[in-house]
Amino acid sequence: MKFAVVVFPGSTGDADMAHAIRDVLGCDADYVRHDGSTLDGFDAIVLPGGFSYGDYLRCGALAGVSAIIPAIKAAADASKPILGVGNGFQILTEIGLLPGALIRNRDTKFICGPAVLTVENADIGFTNKYNPRETITLPIAHGWGSYYADENTLATLKANNRIVFTYQDNPDGSAENIAGIVSEGGNVLGMMPHPERAVERLLGSDDGLRLFQSILQTWRAGV
Amino acid sequence: MISPLEMEQSRLYTQMGMTDDEFQLVKDSLGRLPNYTELGLFSVMWSEHCSYKNSKVLLRQFPTRGERVLQGPGEGAGIVDIGDGLAVVFKLESHNHPSAVEPFEGAATGVGGILRDVFSMGARPIAILSSMRFGELTTKRTKYLFEQAVAGSAAYANAIGVPIAGGDTQFDDCYASNPLVNVMCVGLIRHADIKKGVAEGVGNTVMYVGAPTGRDGIHGATFASTELSDESEQESPNVQAGDPFVEKRLMEACLEVMQSTALVGIQDMGAAGLISSSSEMASKAGTGIELHLDQVPQREPNMTPYEMMLSESQERMLLVVARGREAEVAALFTKYDLDAVAIGQVTGDGMVRLIHKNEVCAEVPADALAKSAPEYHKPSQEAAYYRAQQDIQAEIAPITDYGQTLLDLLAQPTIASKRWISHQCDYMVGTNTVLPPGSDGAVLRIRGTDKAISMAVDCNARYVYLDPYMGGKIAVAEAARNIVASGGMPLAVTDNLNFGSPENPEIFWQMEQAVRGISAACGVFETPVIGGNVSLYNERSGAAIYPTPTIGMVGLIDNLSHVTASAFDRAGDGIYLLGETHPEFGGSELQKMQNNGKISGRPPGIDLEIEKRNQDLLLSAIRAGLVTAAHDSAEGGLAVCLAECLMAGKTSIGATLDITTEDITAFLFSESQSRFLVSVAPEHQAAFADLTGAQRLGRTTDTGRLDVSINGAPILAIPVGQMRTHWEGAIECLLTAED
Repeated sequence: MKFAVVVFPGSTGDADMAHAIRDVLGCDADYVRHDGSTLDGFDAIVLPGGFSYGDYLRCGALAGVSAIIPAIKAAADASKPILGVGNGFQILTEIGLLPGALIRNRDTKFICGPAVLTVENADIGFTNKYNPRETITLPIAHGWGSYYADENTLATLKANNRIVFTYQDNPDGSAENIAGIVSEGGNVLGMMPHPERAVERLLGSDDGLRLFQSILQTWRAGV
Repeated sequence: MISPLEMEQSRLYTQMGMTDDEFQLVKDSLGRLPNYTELGLFSVMWSEHCSYKNSKVLLRQFPTRGERVLQGPGEGAGIVDIGDGLAVVFKLESHNHPSAVEPFEGAATGVGGILRDVFSMGARPIAILSSMRFGELTTKRTKYLFEQAVAGSAAYANAIGVPIAGGDTQFDDCYASNPLVNVMCVGLIRHADIKKGVAEGVGNTVMYVGAPTGRDGIHGATFASTELSDESEQESPNVQAGDPFVEKRLMEACLEVMQSTALVGIQDMGAAGLISSSSEMASKAGTGIELHLDQVPQREPNMTPYEMMLSESQERMLLVVARGREAEVAALFTKYDLDAVAIGQVTGDGMVRLIHKNEVCAEVPADALAKSAPEYHKPSQEAAYYRAQQDIQAEIAPITDYGQTLLDLLAQPTIASKRWISHQCDYMVGTNTVLPPGSDGAVLRIRGTDKAISMAVDCNARYVYLDPYMGGKIAVAEAARNIVASGGMPLAVTDNLNFGSPENPEIFWQMEQAVRGISAACGVFETPVIGGNVSLYNERSGAAIYPTPTIGMVGLIDNLSHVTASAFDRAGDGIYLLGETHPEFGGSELQKMQNNGKISGRPPGIDLEIEKRNQDLLLSAIRAGLVTAAHDSAEGGLAVCLAECLMAGKTSIGATLDITTEDITAFLFSESQSRFLVSVAPEHQAAFADLTGAQRLGRTTDTGRLDVSINGAPILAIPVGQMRTHWEGAIECLLTAED
C-alpha cells in the first residue's frame, strides 16, 4: 500500500507521518509537494500537522488554495482514504471535505500533552482495529483545535455516527468533546490528536498504530 | 553626513559605546580616520556581544579539547562525536536584553537565532531547551514578562517543528527587571556533512538569502552590551521581530543546499547582521569580501549603508557559492519561496569593501573587525558581601510541621511543576522524545541506532552568588547529575555567562571565580566546553542579577534500555540514597522561603572527586540493569526529590521511609550536593548495595502516600495527590492572584 504525505510550506508533522507509515507500519510513503497536481498512484492521502503558511490569515486557509487541492478532492471523490491530522484537519474543513471549523483553544493557549479519547465509532475504515467505545491515549499539540459547528451540523454528525473520537477531558473546549470526525462517505477523517506520534511504546504509547493498521487492513480487504 | 573630523572632535564614538583608546586603535588599524559607516562597523564588531573583549581572558581557561570534540568554540556551534558517523551540534545563547523590553519577540527571536547557529553548521535541529530566570511572580510586570517570554519561545519553536524538550526556570527578585532568556539548541549531523562559515575561493559569489533587511535591531549587539535603563525601553528599534514561517523555509532550504557542492560556506546573520557574518567569514578564510549594497534586499526605502550593515533583521543567511553556480542555488531557494541574491564576491585583499550607489562607502580589513578587538583584563576585587557571608551560619528556624513545610516548598515557584510552561511547548514533534519534560535529562532517541542523547540546562545562581567558585562547580555538577540520572554519560558543555557589568571589579571577580569553578568541574567530568555565549551588563539602576553562568550539557546513552526516568511506578522497590547529607542551608529553598526571599551564609560544598565517584557508581548500576528509577537531589533537598519521584509516577504509588538521624531538618531539606535517590527492584537490591554502598531509606508502596518515620516516630504522612495539587497548581495560582 502506498501513502502520499502532502507537504505544505510550514508543515512540521510530515516526517513523523512518513516515519510511522514506513518504519512502523511497513508501507510505502512518498512526499508530495503542495504545488504538485496529481495524486495518481497513491492508495491513501495524508495531510500532516504543522503550521502551513505560518497559520497566516487563518489556520489552513492558504493551504486550502494550493495547487494540490483539486487532486485531494478528486481522491476523496474516488473514495480513497484521506487522513488529516492537526493542521491537516484544519485544511480539510477549509476545503469543505469536512464540516465545521477549528477555532482557538478555550483558554487561548497552545496545549501539548497526552489526551484520553473514546473511540466513538470503531466501524469505519480508519478505526476497525479498535474496540467500540475503547479508551485510548493520543498526544495533542495545538493552539487552534477547538471544534466548532452549528447545531444542525452537530446533530447530523451525531445522527450519522460521524463523530469518531471524543475527548474524555475536553482540553480545548471542542463542541460535543469532538476530537475527530469522518465524512459522510466514511473515507475522509479529520482529527486534532496525533496518531502518528503514538506508534511506538518507547515514546510512551502505541495507541495510534491501530489507526494506520485499520487503513491498511481496509485497503487489503478492498483490493 | 557628519565628517570624520567632526566625529573625532565631538567624540561621537562614545555614543556608540567606544572608548577614546578604542577609537585610537581604529585609527591605527586604518591609518586614517574612519568615516561614519566604518565607525559603526567597528563599534558593533568590538562590542562585548561580538568580540568578548571583556571575557576572552577568562574564557581561555575553559578546557575545550577532548577525544570526541569535532568542533570547539569559534563557529556557530560546537560539535561532538556520538559514534556511528554521527555527531551532535549544540550551543546556548542568550536573548536577555530584548526579552526585558519586548518579552514575546525577544524570546521568539532567541529561539530563531540559536536554531540558525545550529542549522548553519549543516545539522538538523532536533531539540530546544530553554533556561529562563524571572522575578518572583508577584507583580503585573514580572507576570507579563514570564507569560510573554514563555509564549514567544513556544510559538516560534512550535511553528518550526523543533521540540522544546526540556529546560529550567527559576525565580528570584534579582531578575525582576532583567529577566534571563537563554536557549540551547541541539542538532544532529553526519560527520561528512559538517559545514563552516568560511568565505573561501577568490572570485566566488556572496549570496544573501532570507528575509529582507529592515531597520530593526540596529546596534542590537551594542544594546546587549550596556546596562538597561528606562530610556532603553523606548529604543524599540533595538528589538527584532521574528517570523518562524520564513525560518522554517530557510532551514529546509539551507539543509538542502548544503548537500550541493555549489555551497562553499554559510553563516547566520545574527548579532551585528551583515557585517559580522561577512567579516567573520572572510577573516576565517584569510580572504576579503566586496559587497554591493544596492543588491541587498531591503524592506524599507532609503536605507543607508550603516543601517543595512548593522541591522539585525531576523531569518537571514549569508552564503558563499562557487562562481558560475549561482543560478542553481537560486533555483533551489525558489522552491521554498525564498530569493537567493548575489550581493558580492570573495576577494584576495583581506578587506571588507562596501559599495553603495557606485561609491566605496567603507573599506576596512576583515581581520581588524573580526579578530583585532582589544582585550581587557578588568580590575577584579573580591566582593565585600562574599567575605561577610563566610562567617555567617545559615540558620534555619525550627520546623514544627515537616509535612506542611514540604507542601510549602513544593509550591515555591522554582520547585513547582513547570507544566504551565511545558504544556505550551510541543515537546513531541519529531517523534524522538523518550522522556517528557520534567525528567532529569531530556532524552531523545537517535533513529537508526540503539542510542539516545540526554540533555540538561542548569544553574543555581543563589549558590553562585554566595560563592562564585563553589557555585560554578555546582552548576556543572548538577547538569552532569541530570544526565547521569537519566542513564547518560556526560559528553560536553556549552555555557552562557550571564553577569552584571564587568566594569564593576566585584562583578568581574564573580566572573573570574565562576569560570574557575566551571573549568575545574569540566576537567573532572571530562566535559570540554565546546562553545557558548556571554551576556554582561545584566543590571538595572546599578543592581546586578545574581551571577548566572548557565550550563548546557549533552550526554550519550549507549543503549535505549539504559534510559532511566525519575518516576516511581512500582510498589515494593527499595529506595536508596547515594551520597551524604550534611546540614547545608546557605542559598537553599528552605532558607529563601523562611527569610522572605533573602539568602545568606555559605552554599553547599562540593567535592568534585566524590561527585564524580557517585555519578560513576550510579551509571554503572544503571548499565548493569539494577535501577528502576533515579533522580538527583537538588532545590528543596531530599524531601522534595522524593516527592518529585512520587508525583511523576502512577497515582497509586507511595513510599514509606524509616530513618535514624539526629538532624531531621537536614535529612529532609538540606541541599547537600552529589546525591541521588534511586529505586531498585527487590531482586537487585543486594547487588545494588554492594556496588554503590548506598543507604537504604525505605521502599515504595501501593498506598499513594508518603510516610516518613524518624527514629521510629512518624513525622510526615501526606497523600501524593495532595502534594501534586500544591506542586502542579502553584504557578497558575501565582499568575491569577491579585497583586
